Amino acid sequence: MHEGNPASFRDYVSRVAPGALPTPVPGEGAVHGTTIVTAAFDGGVLMAGDRRATLGSTIAMRDIEKVFGADRHSVIGIAGVAGLAVDLVRLFQVELEHYEKVEFAELSLDGKANRLGTLLRANLPQAMQGLGVLPLFVGWDPQAGRGRMFSYDATGGRYEEQSFAAVGSGAVFARGALKKLHDPRAGEREAALALLQSLYDAADDDSATSGLDLTRGILPLVMSVTAHGVRRFDIEELRPLAEEILAARAYRPDGPRAGAL
Amino acid sequence: MSAPFYVSPDQLMQDRAEFARKGISRGRSVLALSSPAGIALVAENRSDSLHKVAEIYDRIGFLAVGRYNEFEALRVAGIRQADLRGYSYDRRDVTARGLAGQYSQLLGAAFSGAEKPYEVELVVAELGFEAAGDVLFQISYDGSISEHHRFAVLGRDSDGIAARVRAGLDGEGATDLPAAVRLARAALSEDGPLGADALEVAVLERGRGSRRTFHRVTGRQLEEWLVEAQ
Repeated sequence: MHEGNPASFRDYVSRVAPGALPTPVPGEGAVHGTTIVTAAFDGGVLMAGDRRATLGSTIAMRDIEKVFGADRHSVIGIAGVAGLAVDLVRLFQVELEHYEKVEFAELSLDGKANRLGTLLRANLPQAMQGLGVLPLFVGWDPQAGRGRMFSYDATGGRYEEQSFAAVGSGAVFARGALKKLHDPRAGEREAALALLQSLYDAADDDSATSGLDLTRGILPLVMSVTAHGVRRFDIEELRPLAEEILAARAYRPDGPRAGAL
Repeated sequence: MSAPFYVSPDQLMQDRAEFARKGISRGRSVLALSSPAGIALVAENRSDSLHKVAEIYDRIGFLAVGRYNEFEALRVAGIRQADLRGYSYDRRDVTARGLAGQYSQLLGAAFSGAEKPYEVELVVAELGFEAAGDVLFQISYDGSISEHHRFAVLGRDSDGIAARVRAGLDGEGATDLPAAVRLARAALSEDGPLGADALEVAVLERGRGSRRTFHRVTGRQLEEWLVEAQ
């Protein structure tokens, strides 16, 4: 029999073509991508990512995409070294589809989340050299009948989140905003507004995160996962939300105010 | 000391072909049929879990008859090759032609060299962007390949089935996928039409906008597709 898992694409590639696996050369000049946020709502989960990639103190890209459909029922967002992040996402996407084709069945959501942890663990030596990537993973769990969220650490440790989560350089600020603004019982629209507000706050305080760029028409990428699968918000859907937030921030630049008690 | 018996290469190949054909003809038939809406992949198969029709890649499907353990291994090998190629280059670089070539190599080598030849026949079907672009590669137990564009049949009584498909195409034709499935069912049915529980049906559907075009048609949907015939 084979070494490793016979239904795993990664294990197959590491046997026959190890050079094709994501293994960046450490050094200067790696482009970093930044803040990813996710939040549960009534009927599913949302994920949003800002669009900036930085190279040192310069902005390398204004419209990079860091949130991806992993398969038909899950979404992955990834912060860290952009080249490695994109490769890791691609490997994860093929891994899920490969399993599904070989076994005639989708992996369970926990199975997918564990598999992502294994892929990250394989990347541990790079993470130690500062070439780390950190994902957020969300998906619809048909057994549980609800959306679920997972965050990770560089060692591949997997942690289930209940209400919201954030990762990347602006995550601290985004988390603070979500703590005050997000209500997991709210609907999709309210959850999307809370995520956009949290990215606005992250951009406000973290130079590596972009905000709502209406002049260029570049807005955070937002995806939702429900029982019906993965959906990407189109720009026409996001623009009114962004306009509302910016109009309100023109009066209160720090965002919505809540009582202290 | 006894000298080994001499067996002429002609005789050897004939024996091997005879052996492989015998194994294959025991299997129930499968059929791939191109239509304007996509390719219908239909097999006579009473099992829900042991598949003869499978997804290899975004636009590529797989059909097999013969020994289950052999074509199952070939199916998994095909998925691995396709996924590796798509991952190393680009998804568009995975083609049925490349895959069929590799299957042909494998089956051909086993036919002339290995202990026993594969007792399988395969079809690798690729969905074109238009019906004219559909390609069906049929790979035989000895590694020989043939290319078809409208339909391909494998297994027992393939000549009889092919004649019935041709007659169907000249008649009502396969105008859409349900019609193609009904035509395939009629061609596969020897005595009395096969029911939904005796068929395994999947399609490679054109123009749906999704990357993966392979879908299984099961349960109520399949019954509806079959019923419209009356």
